[in-house]
Amino acid sequence: MNFVVCVKQTPDTAEMSKISVAEVSSGDIKATLVLNPWDEYAVEEALLLQDRFGGEVTVMTTGPETATDALKDAIARGIKNALLLDDPAFSGTDAWGTAAILSAAIRKNGDFDVVLTGKMSVDGNSGLVAPGLARKLGATLLTQVTRILDIADGMITVERQLEEGREIVTATLPAVVSVGKEINEPRYPSFMGIRKAARADIPVWSAQDLASIDPLIGTNGYVPGARWTDLRKPPARASEVVLVDEGSVDASAAKLADLLMAEKVV
Amino acid sequence: MMSILVFIEQFKGTAAPVSWEVLGKARELADQSGKPLAAVVIGDSVESVAQEAITFGADIVHLVEDASLASYRVDPYAAVVEDLVQSYDPTIVLFAATARGRDLAAVVACDLEAGIAADCIDLALDDGKLVATRTVYAGNMLTTVHFDTPVQVASVRARVFPSPQADPARSGTIKRSGAVLPASDLREEIIGFEEVSTGEVSLTEANIIVSGGRGVARDPETGFAMIRELADTIGGAMGASRAAVDAGYIAYARQVGQTGKMVRPDLYIACGISGAIQHLAGMSDSKVIVAINKDADAPIFSVAGYGIVGDLFEVVPALTLEMKKRLA
Ligand SMILES: Cc1cc2nc3c(=O)[nH]c(=O)nc-3n(C[C@H](O)[C@H](O)[C@H](O)COP(=O)(O)OP(=O)(O)OC[C@H]3O[C@@H](n4cnc5c(N)ncnc54)[C@H](O)[C@@H]3O)c2cc1C
Repeated sequence: MNFVVCVKQTPDTAEMSKISVAEVSSGDIKATLVLNPWDEYAVEEALLLQDRFGGEVTVMTTGPETATDALKDAIARGIKNALLLDDPAFSGTDAWGTAAILSAAIRKNGDFDVVLTGKMSVDGNSGLVAPGLARKLGATLLTQVTRILDIADGMITVERQLEEGREIVTATLPAVVSVGKEINEPRYPSFMGIRKAARADIPVWSAQDLASIDPLIGTNGYVPGARWTDLRKPPARASEVVLVDEGSVDASAAKLADLLMAEKVV
Repeated sequence: MMSILVFIEQFKGTAAPVSWEVLGKARELADQSGKPLAAVVIGDSVESVAQEAITFGADIVHLVEDASLASYRVDPYAAVVEDLVQSYDPTIVLFAATARGRDLAAVVACDLEAGIAADCIDLALDDGKLVATRTVYAGNMLTTVHFDTPVQVASVRARVFPSPQADPARSGTIKRSGAVLPASDLREEIIGFEEVSTGEVSLTEANIIVSGGRGVARDPETGFAMIRELADTIGGAMGASRAAVDAGYIAYARQVGQTGKMVRPDLYIACGISGAIQHLAGMSDSKVIVAINKDADAPIFSVAGYGIVGDLFEVVPALTLEMKKRLA
C-alpha cells in the first residue's frame, strides 16, 4: 500500500490576530510557522493506515525552503519519506495550480493508493486542494472523512460526516481522502523522531523535475483563475459590552431577558 | 453576458435552507443584469423541490431525475452540473457551502478550469463579473476575490443572506434533462447512513445558539443540562467550546470555532467560555453576543454586546426562568 500525505506550513493560529495585512501581502509573515493543524490528523491517519495495512508513506508539500520544517514535523511523528516541491515558478498559483504541482509530484513519486490531506488550511480556509488533487489524479474524492473502516480489494470504505448524519461509503482506489478532526488523536513528535528529522536530507523537486509529468507546470499553463484583492481586517465589532448588574442574579437575569426581547433576537 | 445557475441541494426531497438563501441573493444579482435566473435540482422524485425553487425566485429550473442520483455522490452530480454549464452557458455558478456543496463546487470548478471562491460571505457584480468576499486566516482577515476565468464559481456560507419569502404565485419553467453517468462510471457506493439527532444538525442553521465551555467543569452534566434547557426554552441549538469537547463533556459535533463549526446566529450566548481567538473565529459574526462568565476580564466580553459577570450555574437557570415567563 502506498500512502501520500500532502501538508502545508501555516502560521500558528494562536498568533493569527497579530498578523498584519502588510505581512500577508508581502508574504513575510512574522508568526511562528507550524504544520497546518488540520494536516496533523492526515499525518496521523497515514501512520495508522501504514500500521494497519503495511506499505510506505510519503509526506510532501509545495512551498519555500522554510516549509521543510512542516515536513520535518511529519518525519518527527514517524513518516520516513518526505519531498519538498520548491521553485520560484510555483509561487502565485491558486488552488488548482497547487493541486497540479502536487499531483504531478505524486505521479512521479510512483504508485499510490490513498492520498491524505487535512480538511483545509488555516490560512486560506478554502479546502480546495483535496478536490483538485482528486480530479487531476483521476482518483476518487472522499472529503469530511471521520473514519477509515477498511482498505481491501481495490476498495476503500470510510465514514463521512455530513450535515444530516454519518454516511458509510465504499469507493474505488486510488482515492484522495480529506480528514476531519474526529478521525484520530494526533501523536506528538517523539524525541528520537525530532533527532531523525533534524538529520533528514529531504529531496527538492523543481518545475523542471515535474515537467516530464505535466509540461504545463512552470510555464504559463497554470495562471490563477481567482485573485485575492483588498486584504483587510474585519471591521471591529461596534459597541462596547453592556454589563448587566442589577444587584442580584435574578434581577440581572430579568434585565438581560428584557434586553434580548427588545433586540428581537428571541 | 452574465447569467447565473444555482445548485439547489436536497436531502431526501427536502432542500437545504441555505440553498434558498443563495437563490435569494442570486435573484438580486440576476435582476441587476436583467437576465433570467436558473437553478438546478438533482435527485430522484424531486420535482417538488424544483417547484419550490420557482417560488423562491428561479425563472428556469433544470430538473435532473434518475434513480442513480437519489443520494448525492460527487461524480454523477458534477457530471450533471458540468453538462448544464456547457449546454446553457451560465457564467456564474453558485453553491451552498455545505459538506456536499463545497465538494461539488470545487470539483465542477476544477473540471471547468474555473476560478473559485469558497465559503463566501458576500457576493456582488462588477461589470457583469462576480466579485466575492470571504474570510481568510481563520476569520482574522477578509479578502475580495476577483475572477479571471469565463466561468466563475462560488460557494456561500449559511446565514449570510436572508432567506427569501416564498411566493406561490411566481411562475417559471421546469426543464427536464437527463445527462446521467453510466453505472460503470460510479466509483462510490453509499452502503449505510446514520442520521443524527436534529440538535446536532442544526448548529450552522440555528437562529439562536447557547454554548457551554470549560466553565461547566465543576459539574459538567448539570452545566450542560442547564445550557440545553436555556437553548430549548428560546428555540436554540446547543454549542460548545473546544475545551468542553476535549474534556469529554460534549460531542465534537457541537464544537464552535476554527476547528469546529462556523456559526452565524442572531443570538449567541456563551456560558463559561473565555473567548479564545479560535472560538471567536467561529462565532464572532453572530448578530448579538451575550457572555456569561465569572471573570470580568475574560476576552469574550470584548466581542459581546451584553454580559453578566457571574456563576453560570446560577445565571443560566435564572435566565431560563425569566425567558420562560416572557415566552409563555
Ligand atoms: C489549532 C487550534 C484550534 C482550536 N480550535 C478551537 C475551536 O474550534 N473552538 C474552540 O472553542 N476552541 C478552539 N481552540 C482552543 C482555544 O484556544 C481555547 O483553548 C478554548 O476555546 C477554551 O475553551 P473555554 O473558553 O471553554 O475554556 P477556558 O479558556 O478554560 O475558559 C473557561 C471560562 O469559563 C469561566 N468560568 C469558569 N467557571 C465558571 C462558572 N462557574 N461560571 C461562569 N464562568 C466560569 C472562566 O472564567 C473562563 O473564562 C483551538 C486551539 C488551537 C491551538
